[in-house]
Amino acid sequence: MNLQTIMDELGLTCLTQGRNFTTITPTSGYASDLLSCVMAGAKSDGLWVTLQAHLNIIAIAALLELSAIIITENAQVEPAVVQKANEQGVTLLATPLSTFEVVGKLWALGLRAD
Amino acid sequence: MSSDQELYGRRGRVVTDMDAKDITRVEELAYDLKIQEVMTRDLVVASPTMKMREMLELLRNRRISGAPVLAGDKLVGILSLEDLVRAMSANDLDADVDKYMAKVLITVNGYESLVRALETFTRFKVGRLPVTDEHGKLIGMITKGDITRGILLAIQKDYQEEEVRRYRASHLFEDIVSDRTTIVMRYNIKKDNFLLGGNASSNIKRALVRLGATPQIARRCGIAIYEAEMNLIIHTTHGGRIKVEIEPQQIIMTASDDGPGIENVDLAVQPGYSTATNEVREMGFGAGMGLFNIKRIVDRMELTSTLGQGTRLRMIIFLERNESLGEATADQTSQGESAE
Repeated sequence: MNLQTIMDELGLTCLTQGRNFTTITPTSGYASDLLSCVMAGAKSDGLWVTLQAHLNIIAIAALLELSAIIITENAQVEPAVVQKANEQGVTLLATPLSTFEVVGKLWALGLRAD
Repeated sequence: MSSDQELYGRRGRVVTDMDAKDITRVEELAYDLKIQEVMTRDLVVASPTMKMREMLELLRNRRISGAPVLAGDKLVGILSLEDLVRAMSANDLDADVDKYMAKVLITVNGYESLVRALETFTRFKVGRLPVTDEHGKLIGMITKGDITRGILLAIQKDYQEEEVRRYRASHLFEDIVSDRTTIVMRYNIKKDNFLLGGNASSNIKRALVRLGATPQIARRCGIAIYEAEMNLIIHTTHGGRIKVEIEPQQIIMTASDDGPGIENVDLAVQPGYSTATNEVREMGFGAGMGLFNIKRIVDRMELTSTLGQGTRLRMIIFLERNESLGEATADQTSQGESAE
């Protein structure tokens, strides 16, 4: 299942520059707001669902080579964060849904922890 | 665009903070590349006294969609396919080019950036623009196709440059002969500077990839350095230093600071143990997993600390034969493309 399908199914808004999301296939999912847990638990090419929206999430996603970050509950994302994400090639997706709802929908679409 | 909104960056050019967030490499190139770098210089030109019928043949034979019209040296108009269509529908192909060409001349200067040409295309809804030099002399033509081609070439060049950098760096260890070669990188980490958090780790990761490290090794080092970097930002009195020593067979990473020191080192390594403030925890740090993560991801971790004096964290990743820097790439070279 590619990222474009996920974005369409969940109605996610892309905050970073557009790319061909049909070529990106997230292989797993991880949800946490604690960065060190993400460092330990998220797999590369995975999706990360979080409420955190500050600059440091970009470093995590770049280091782990995540396929995208889904920022939940419309958490405020500063322009500097989006800029950094674009520089590092990180995709930021936003949604008004809660982390619980997003994870539930991703699971229903067939995405698993690994 | 008020001046207080402006920030200077990207080779001195002015970017407003409104658009800074949306800047891509393509847009950056649109500012960096000059019109004269991408324009067509090999011009097919027409004269005002040519017949529209001849123009039709010219455009058809050369497979172009328009041409500048010159009277002697002077640019007097532009004739495009649309003008030809107008002449054709009026059954007026025997008319002079002068009758149908666009005489209101919109030109751009060769030394201006591509953005200027793009703006002009949009503003005047034209598909091609004559390019002049500083004396107003025609030096070329630019179309949207030229811009696309120019940007694609520049991106390809970026990519090749990165490949060359990577290639050169990966030969460093072979080119330098000594009994023990070490590349040392040092980073100063400031206390409380969360905005720069992750910079050292991403720089180190990139350097390792260029030096020929496998993606897995670069990733493990990146994660270890990130945790160490955030510890220096969050927990130290004055920040600290990260030193990375890269050798063909091992990578030694050291994070050191001058205080406040850790009271109980064994406890600090326990997963979930944290002394972080609530403020820091709200940002998602202080899970108490940092040192535990490092311990899991590196091959050897040594943590020494003296209360009131400082802490030293030493992390080592050993490189297996197939991961080693220098020698592994030497093997690949002899099998694949020959270097010399």
